[in-house]
Amino acid sequence: MASVLPYGRFTHAVVRGIPETFGKVEDEKNNKVENGETTMDLAKAQRQFGVLTGALRQKVGLQLIEIPADPELPESWRIEDVAVIQGDTALITRPFKQQRRSETEAVRRVMSELNLTVVEMGAEEGGSAGATLEGSDVLFTGREFFVGISSHTNYRGAEVLADTFRDFAVSTVPVCGGARLKNICSMGGPDTIIISNSDGAKKTLRMMEQLTDHHYEVLTVPEGAAANCVYVRGPSKVDYLLHPPTEECPESFPAFQKLTDYTLLPTACSEASKLGGSLTSFCLLINRKTYY
Amino acid sequence: MTTEVGSETEVKKEPEKAEEQPAEPERSAINQTDEVKVVEAAEQSNESPALATDSAEAKENQEAQPADNATGPEGEEPPASPPASEKKGISRFLPPWLKRQKSQSVVGPKESQVTPKEEGGVVLVNGEGEKAEQAKAEQTSSTTTAEPQVEEEQVNGEAEPEQKEEVNSEEHAENHSTGSAETQPAKEEKASEKSQEKSAAEEEKKETEEGGEKKDQEESLKPEGGRYFIKSPLKLTKKVKMVMCHVIMLDGSQFPCEVEKRAKGQYLFFKVCEALNLLEKDYFGLSYKNADQMCWLDPTKEIKRQICNPSWQLAFNVKFYPPDPSQLTEDITRYLLCLQLRQDIVSGRLPCSFVTHSLLGSYSLQAELGDHDPDEQRLDYISDFQFAPSQTKEMEEKVVELHKTHRGMTPAQADTQFLENAKKLSMYGVDLHHAKDSEGVDIMLGVCANGLLIYKDRLRINRFAWPKILKISYKRSNFYIKIRPGETEQFESTVGFKLPNHRSAKRVWKVCVENHTFFRLMTQEAPTKAKFLTLGSKFRYSGRTQAQTRQASTLIDRPAPYFERTSSKRISRSLDGAPVINMIEAQDSAPTSVGNGREPGLELSSDSSKVEEEPSERAAATPTEGTEMKRDEPDSSQQSGKLRVQGENIYVRHSNLMLEDLDKTQEDVLKHQASTSELKRSFMEATPEPRPSQWEKRLTASPATSLRQQAQGRSPPPTTQEPLSDLTVDTVSKSSDDKQKSDETTLQAAEVEIEETVVVEKIRVAPKGSVTITTPEVVVTPVAVETEVEKPEEEVIEEVIEEVKEEQKRPVSVSSDSHSESEEEAGEYHPQVTVSTSVEQIKEEPEEEEKEEVDNHEEPEQVSEPEPLPEVEVETMPSPAVVEETPMAEPETALVVDAPAEEERTEDILVTPEEAPNGHAEDQPGLVAVEEEEEEEEPRVNGDASHAETERIPQVICCSEPPVVKTEMVTISDTFAAQKTEIATKEVPIVHTETKTITYEAAQLDGSGDGEPGILMTAQTITSESLCTTTTTHITKTLKGGLSETRIEKRIVITGDSDIDHDQALAQAIKEAKEQHPDMSVTRVVVHKETELAEEGED
Repeated sequence: MASVLPYGRFTHAVVRGIPETFGKVEDEKNNKVENGETTMDLAKAQRQFGVLTGALRQKVGLQLIEIPADPELPESWRIEDVAVIQGDTALITRPFKQQRRSETEAVRRVMSELNLTVVEMGAEEGGSAGATLEGSDVLFTGREFFVGISSHTNYRGAEVLADTFRDFAVSTVPVCGGARLKNICSMGGPDTIIISNSDGAKKTLRMMEQLTDHHYEVLTVPEGAAANCVYVRGPSKVDYLLHPPTEECPESFPAFQKLTDYTLLPTACSEASKLGGSLTSFCLLINRKTYY
Repeated sequence: MTTEVGSETEVKKEPEKAEEQPAEPERSAINQTDEVKVVEAAEQSNESPALATDSAEAKENQEAQPADNATGPEGEEPPASPPASEKKGISRFLPPWLKRQKSQSVVGPKESQVTPKEEGGVVLVNGEGEKAEQAKAEQTSSTTTAEPQVEEEQVNGEAEPEQKEEVNSEEHAENHSTGSAETQPAKEEKASEKSQEKSAAEEEKKETEEGGEKKDQEESLKPEGGRYFIKSPLKLTKKVKMVMCHVIMLDGSQFPCEVEKRAKGQYLFFKVCEALNLLEKDYFGLSYKNADQMCWLDPTKEIKRQICNPSWQLAFNVKFYPPDPSQLTEDITRYLLCLQLRQDIVSGRLPCSFVTHSLLGSYSLQAELGDHDPDEQRLDYISDFQFAPSQTKEMEEKVVELHKTHRGMTPAQADTQFLENAKKLSMYGVDLHHAKDSEGVDIMLGVCANGLLIYKDRLRINRFAWPKILKISYKRSNFYIKIRPGETEQFESTVGFKLPNHRSAKRVWKVCVENHTFFRLMTQEAPTKAKFLTLGSKFRYSGRTQAQTRQASTLIDRPAPYFERTSSKRISRSLDGAPVINMIEAQDSAPTSVGNGREPGLELSSDSSKVEEEPSERAAATPTEGTEMKRDEPDSSQQSGKLRVQGENIYVRHSNLMLEDLDKTQEDVLKHQASTSELKRSFMEATPEPRPSQWEKRLTASPATSLRQQAQGRSPPPTTQEPLSDLTVDTVSKSSDDKQKSDETTLQAAEVEIEETVVVEKIRVAPKGSVTITTPEVVVTPVAVETEVEKPEEEVIEEVIEEVKEEQKRPVSVSSDSHSESEEEAGEYHPQVTVSTSVEQIKEEPEEEEKEEVDNHEEPEQVSEPEPLPEVEVETMPSPAVVEETPMAEPETALVVDAPAEEERTEDILVTPEEAPNGHAEDQPGLVAVEEEEEEEEPRVNGDASHAETERIPQVICCSEPPVVKTEMVTISDTFAAQKTEIATKEVPIVHTETKTITYEAAQLDGSGDGEPGILMTAQTITSESLCTTTTTHITKTLKGGLSETRIEKRIVITGDSDIDHDQALAQAIKEAKEQHPDMSVTRVVVHKETELAEEGED
């Protein structure tokens, strides 16, 4: 397959700034459940976002494309949800929340500018077919897709994804132990899946293991938040892993240290996590280097 | 020879022999020492008489079989035979030998290579010098008449030889394949002079030896040849009906191929592979459409039984997609795989992204057009190619863009790159089937190398890797998989799927069985009876596994064959793209490219095919001659011969067919068996089978042989003994027969066993088929599996003894094939078991390699297993079969049954297990014989191993009689006593029955006075067991006056539940027998109902 490369070879990252309305929309749910505090520290969130983008650009060496924040779209910073990119194809998703679907416009524009083949999900399904898909429920391993069936992603959405990326097996798995698939697992290397130690996550992992034709190394981390990391193999052939800092996940750091020859980049996202976000939520990773 | 020929009933053979005799000397000399020896022996014995006899026989044959000759097949055969006779002429005996040899050794290789198109001669040359020569001689001599047949036979490889052999065998009454050739000489001698008998025996021995060698070499081939032979014989008697097949090749070209109507799938497949010059053929298969459903042509079954459509339209396709194409040995294989994948892509079966379509298309362009030429190549040239189900201008531009980047890449490199990318596609090699889950939701079942994938729309919703699957089964339209319990689970769970209909359910099941076996196992699983305790089809994958084919591929040693690449344009578009030279369809060229190269490849590849072929050979055997076909089908469980009908299906577990003419069949069967296990064959080849044959001959001559024979088991009928003084000893036990024919017989028997074992079901059927001729082919056996389970419940043994007396040429065909169909009803498959089996199989391989060792083992085993001996001695094809069977079900009884069937042969065969031990003791003295037997056995062993490796291991192959006595007691007894009780586990089946062929070459041919007394040319007993049915066929050939009479006694033991309609089963068995031996008439039917009824009156 032309588009198959080991996971992690990215050249570009697309991010979107933290709007002033950060956390406003979901105050009801998250504040109550997560913190009990209704106030979000916008400044801190923006600081953390700045650290993340800085790491991606300066440490990892990616070309960073930042879409300006839009106050009208309080969740637009979760750019991961609105597109699934593999190779030179970008699937613009259809988020579960109606109000988020307008977030795709800017992203679509950027994708086109990057000469990616843009596939519209809403168009295929007529918008009313009920297909919903969010990127945070999609785990691409470099070899195949796992789509977590969650409250935000349904089978129809997964089918569209499967139809878009025909080269790859697309397996659906139940999301257990978290709201989103990416909340419980992420890629930690070309063949490495980082997954949380929760029972739900284990259940999901078992399903993934059953469905896959490949073998993955599994890095289990004791804390759920630590299961979401950003792995990039930079231009300099160095493995970078952006992971929650020890302040947030003190027990998981030893696990990350098992990754030999990795450059570990502790990156805080405590504010985003209050809203169910995580490190991967902030960025779309793209490889625009022709590989054939 | 002449007498033999005449007796054999096969006019064809006789003429051939006559013709061949002259030519043969040359051939023999050219070919191999063995042949020469044979020839010499023949000459020594009585050249002149033989010649005279030949002429007489030929005349007789002509007279007797004029009708046959008139009929297409027969007519054809006779011409073929003459050449053989000519060759043999130098050595009268040679003709049979040559024939046999050709059939055995030459056929196999040739089959794949030469047989299809050209006359046997060419083929033979390819395969084996001797064979080729023989074939050529035959062809030349009788080109006009026999060519078609010859060709077919040759194609089969062994088929022709078998036929010839059969003829010989008839005369000699030797059952076994190797023996058959020998037997022929012996017969001739008998006819000419009794004194000559000795020489004949010697010749036979030599022949047997040669045959053994040939067998080894041709093991792979033999199966095919066997089939053909079987078929041909039938045809001979009847008319060979040729059917035009149209095979659509991967490049879109049509490959017209004329095959016998009774040809098995493997025959056609080999022809196609030969045309393609393809050696790594195990990844491929022929598909056809029945009711809009794509099915894979079962190589072990007759084509006509599979394709419902009157016009035989097939397609050559990749059946098993190698997960790593880079491990393929030859570029041509990769090229064909590329063609298949292009089809898959264009048809949408293999979905790709835009980028992948473009990339793969660019590699296709590079492979076909070479480097991008900016000057001449415009974008429109590319629009002639189809890269995707729906391709856009944008895609074409992308293709061209990518094409430019491939500059300097050779076609082979481009193909490799194509495959490297295509193999990563998620749907690569996934065979999708529509189904519904337990909740009625539409899903797709995807069968692939790794396991079973469950798709809903495009989403993979579940996956069951082979290691996770404990059992695969189907019932009606439901398909079930039993899942191994997970870590946290205590109980295994069963997942059911609803298929559109019963046929589709079975199809999925078969595909799963095949894929699991091919990709997951080291060696094919023997469809052993043990597993059959559960109901279900016995179907098992009989070809080589990926591991085996890879191993075989490593042996490919030929310069990379040249082949032309066909432009992909043809697929969908006109040749507008003219610029591309490739555009020209190279289809033809490709096939033609290398003929020689094929041989080696063929052997390798053929192995699998050979196995498949074996059944056919068996079948062929039956038809062989018509003189008198006595079919004894002892109870399968008890003994071979009997057909057990269990429940709905009639299962032929083991069919021991005693056909004088059948001798050939037996031989064929043996050959087939041998061929069945390629590895074994290869090993066998290493081992000098011919030697054994020689030994056998010697043994036959020597008293020792008789002892051995005795030891082996049953003493052949007195008649047989008479012909051979040495054999007389045999009378005590089968050994006598064996002695005469022993080598051959043993070989044959061994082959038969192998067949059975190799393809558990198939094998079983095959034996029957051989006895009966084509139909019986193992196919039936699959059914047995399910039935087997039932059997335990209620076993009613029905013995049908059919004595068909035919004057001369009438081939007796008993079709047991029908049984196979029963399989369809339900099938179970235990992957795990298979795994174990695989291990076993592995073991088997070693065994094969070390046949001698095996033999040694076998001896001990034999002690434990008396049955084997009986088989051998018994006329006894049955007995051997019985032995095998007995372990399975009711060995003893079966043996007994056999006895009644053949009066002449005697029931002596009865040799119970006890005899076998004796045989061992006896065997010891003649280590040599043991070796011979081993060699002979090897094939069997191999086959057995394949089927039930484990079982075989335990089983001991008793080889009695050193060189002198040909008696070959190769009994593979199942170690599993438990299995023996009712249904021998699959492994058990492995036990090889010993075929006892009593060949008496009496002057009867000439002496018209002796009605029965005539000269007993050959007596063969073939026992085949299926789970449900055991078929023992006794073939006795006698020469009375100028007429050869072949009596076939078939014993069919049908074991089944009360539910089974025994009457119906019996009727079917008789019907099949008639079908198989159209030329023969059924003179007597004896029905024994055990359990329920002691016996039913005879006719």
